[in-house]
Amino acid sequence: MRLYSPGRLWVLVALLAFTMLVAACGEPPPDQASQKGGQADGAPSGESTMEETTSEETTAQEPLTPGEDSLVVYSGRSEELVGPVFEQFEERSGIDVQVRYGETAELAATIIEEGENSPADLFFAQDPGALGALDDEGRLTELPDEVLDRVPAPFRADDGDWIGTSGRARVVAYNTEELSEGDLPDSIFDFTDPEWEGRIGWAPTNGSFQAFVTALRVLEGEDRAGEWLEGVQANNPMVYPDNLTAVEGVASGEVDVAFVNHYYLFQVIEEQGEDIPVRNYYLKDGDPGALVLAAGAGILDSAENPQAAEEFLEYTLSEEAQQYFADETHEYPLIKGVEIDEELPPLSEIQSPKVDLSNLDDLGGTLNLLQETGVL
Amino acid sequence: MTVPPGGLTERVRGGRVRHRSPLLLWGPAAVVVTAMLLPLAYLVVRALEGGWEKVAEVVFDGETLAVLGRSVLLAGTVTAASVAIAVPLAWLTARTDLPGRTVWAVLAALPLVVPSYVGGFVLVSALGPRGMLQGFLEPLGVERLPEIYGFPGAALALTLFTYPYVFLTARGALRRMDPAMEEAARSLGSGAWETFFRVTLPQLRPAVMAGALLVALYALSDFGVVSLLQYDSFSAEIYLQYRSAFDRTPAAILALMLVVLTIAVLLVEGRTRGRGRYHGSSVARPPSTVTLGRWRWPALLLCGGVVVLALAAPVGVLVYWLVRGLAEGEPLRPLWTAAWSSVYASVLAAGLTVLAAFPVAILSVRFRGKASGLVERTTYLGYALPGIVLALSLVYFGANYAPWAYQTLGLLVFAYAVHFLPQAVGAIRSGLLQVRPSVEEAARGLGRGPLRVAATVTAPLASAGITAGAALVFLTTMKELPATLLLGPTGFETLATRIWSATSEAFFARAAAPALLLILLSAVPMYLLVIRERVK
Repeated sequence: MRLYSPGRLWVLVALLAFTMLVAACGEPPPDQASQKGGQADGAPSGESTMEETTSEETTAQEPLTPGEDSLVVYSGRSEELVGPVFEQFEERSGIDVQVRYGETAELAATIIEEGENSPADLFFAQDPGALGALDDEGRLTELPDEVLDRVPAPFRADDGDWIGTSGRARVVAYNTEELSEGDLPDSIFDFTDPEWEGRIGWAPTNGSFQAFVTALRVLEGEDRAGEWLEGVQANNPMVYPDNLTAVEGVASGEVDVAFVNHYYLFQVIEEQGEDIPVRNYYLKDGDPGALVLAAGAGILDSAENPQAAEEFLEYTLSEEAQQYFADETHEYPLIKGVEIDEELPPLSEIQSPKVDLSNLDDLGGTLNLLQETGVL
Repeated sequence: MTVPPGGLTERVRGGRVRHRSPLLLWGPAAVVVTAMLLPLAYLVVRALEGGWEKVAEVVFDGETLAVLGRSVLLAGTVTAASVAIAVPLAWLTARTDLPGRTVWAVLAALPLVVPSYVGGFVLVSALGPRGMLQGFLEPLGVERLPEIYGFPGAALALTLFTYPYVFLTARGALRRMDPAMEEAARSLGSGAWETFFRVTLPQLRPAVMAGALLVALYALSDFGVVSLLQYDSFSAEIYLQYRSAFDRTPAAILALMLVVLTIAVLLVEGRTRGRGRYHGSSVARPPSTVTLGRWRWPALLLCGGVVVLALAAPVGVLVYWLVRGLAEGEPLRPLWTAAWSSVYASVLAAGLTVLAAFPVAILSVRFRGKASGLVERTTYLGYALPGIVLALSLVYFGANYAPWAYQTLGLLVFAYAVHFLPQAVGAIRSGLLQVRPSVEEAARGLGRGPLRVAATVTAPLASAGITAGAALVFLTTMKELPATLLLGPTGFETLATRIWSATSEAFFARAAAPALLLILLSAVPMYLLVIRERVK
């Protein structure tokens, strides 16, 4: 056997590198007394490393300093969309914002698991369902009236525990070469007609689609909702992985219509230009298909810094932040006096159904229905 | 005819010279087992919150059992398909004169670094009914490709991105295998095929089984692929529970059922693992090379086909997104912080995991018995749990019992180690199996202490296994998502979280750059891993 294989050298180098990294990671700050953890041997070393790192220097990232001037946000809305809002707020207020991004539902579960020890001050959610669930667990605190009053009633919790920050309308995206507005029906129920065979696109795994189905169940009852799903299913809809590809599918003529959120149109226009043959159509007369959903936020009962959280909510409902949502994410601003894209009909003109958004938290029932009808 | 097991390759059973009770090993092993049992304890607590009736209600629900059946079907298919693809590829790149075989070996191993949430997505956009492939075929009159959603798509995607587990272990074993036995079989009149099936394959079995086990458990716990391709598997059901009901009891009960299923898989694997221990003869020499001749063309076709589907297609689509994005003026954002965080955390995870795996592997190889076997099997529990379950269990323990460690890099690295430990244990085990215990015994006999023997004799000799284990953990940590999002320090950004952030809002052009960088960075250790085998 060879004692000096090249492999041996490689292992030594790797071990050395690892040791150095552990050492660097566990290096106590100069002003702290020396004693550093010894050479690692097995799992305990990991723990000792942790102890050292937490004492002062949390990570390679900027150190976490909970205190007066910092706000910890759990955001189910992605950094791509809301990152600039946090940055602006930091600049305006001087408050340091620490954001943990994740899936809305997973973050809600995390907050529930963390209990009283949750580091989060504010939960910024993609949909009201998750906020409703946290509210049911008693984890949100009531917001002051001056914050609540900025937003019209449908877009905030009845008990004042969460508030909508921007709106998103459910629409029918249609191909303008195949159809004109006049060809489109008033109600989502008309799409179960066999004339739509092979012409519909949808994305049943999408959260907003599922929120719409939940609203359908709340407004029309389980049976009608099931009938609608089966009726569309009978028309062999094209299944898309998400809303954006569904809108692209409409644009390319793969399908004539798709049930999506209103702002994906703008993403497609930005990518492919104004001339793209796809536009949004809003269903009429309080039809469930014209539902307007809201992204929203709430302050946690365990918040260490509720004051900063409140300031942040005030900022997101300021004209500046609302204008950002209108211009950049193409969502509906929820306060008055903000200009929206001329392509968009104003929120007040959408004939959306009357439904309490807090009640849209029974996603479990919706998923069961989607599975029973073979949609999922 | 059979080749007698003695003689050329020594087949050792049981009897080991035990110098002292290996307390030095049992101590760390006990710590490792405790760590592995943390998520389990959490699940039991949560599952019993609703009382036993609730447990019975969920367990005996007809739908639950149907979903469980679908998961078993998926895992079984993916495992069988992975072995069927990986073993021939491993043999071709390790034992034949296939043109460019080192390059093929690296390429064939690389699909492992493609995150399943990226791979699945690419597969949908490339092979969907009206996807890119259909676009190419449209001039030929292909209007619509067959539906890819559901079982076929999920099985295909999982196979393409997990078969490298088997490929790597099988190829390593083929290269290190002592050729003497095969030569003896040939010289005694066995044909090439007979030799392969009766001599080579049985020796290969432990390695293939080790890889297959990782594939099977991955298929059981993966969520990215099954959700994108809409296959209602058990892990998808668990995620849906967390996503929808906000009631953690049913999710915990389902996750415990997955643990039971994992234990069943481990028992099956234990029965087929075989008792043989193959140590190479003292004089290692490279195995002989098979001349392919005309067979070279179908062989190249096989390698090419797999690499195109599993690697070139996803990378191609990513490059296409990137170029399209850049052409439209999408700015290329700096990725250095995210890339550094990814590499840094993955190196730490690989180091900690190997350190934790070493005592477990030594115990299970050198001190075989019920207890050491149990310890080794326990390490698989964390791997079999869907990432979100593991992450939430550590959220619970971290926030409530170790707030000083919560949301630190330390706890995150700990989570990675709990999650990926079996990859390192398996690799180090197979490395150790090829080290003759007599060498260690000689060192002990000459007066070295057990720790020094482990550090100066065992570790260097098993270095192939150790590097392989470290590399596997590094690669899987690079693409890990749920634990990174929930447990990382606030504001901690890795390439994986960047990809996730962009794809969740359907900004594919923005996802392409971090995804490509992730694949590129992962390719380096993969290259070293494969090249290293060649040097040996």
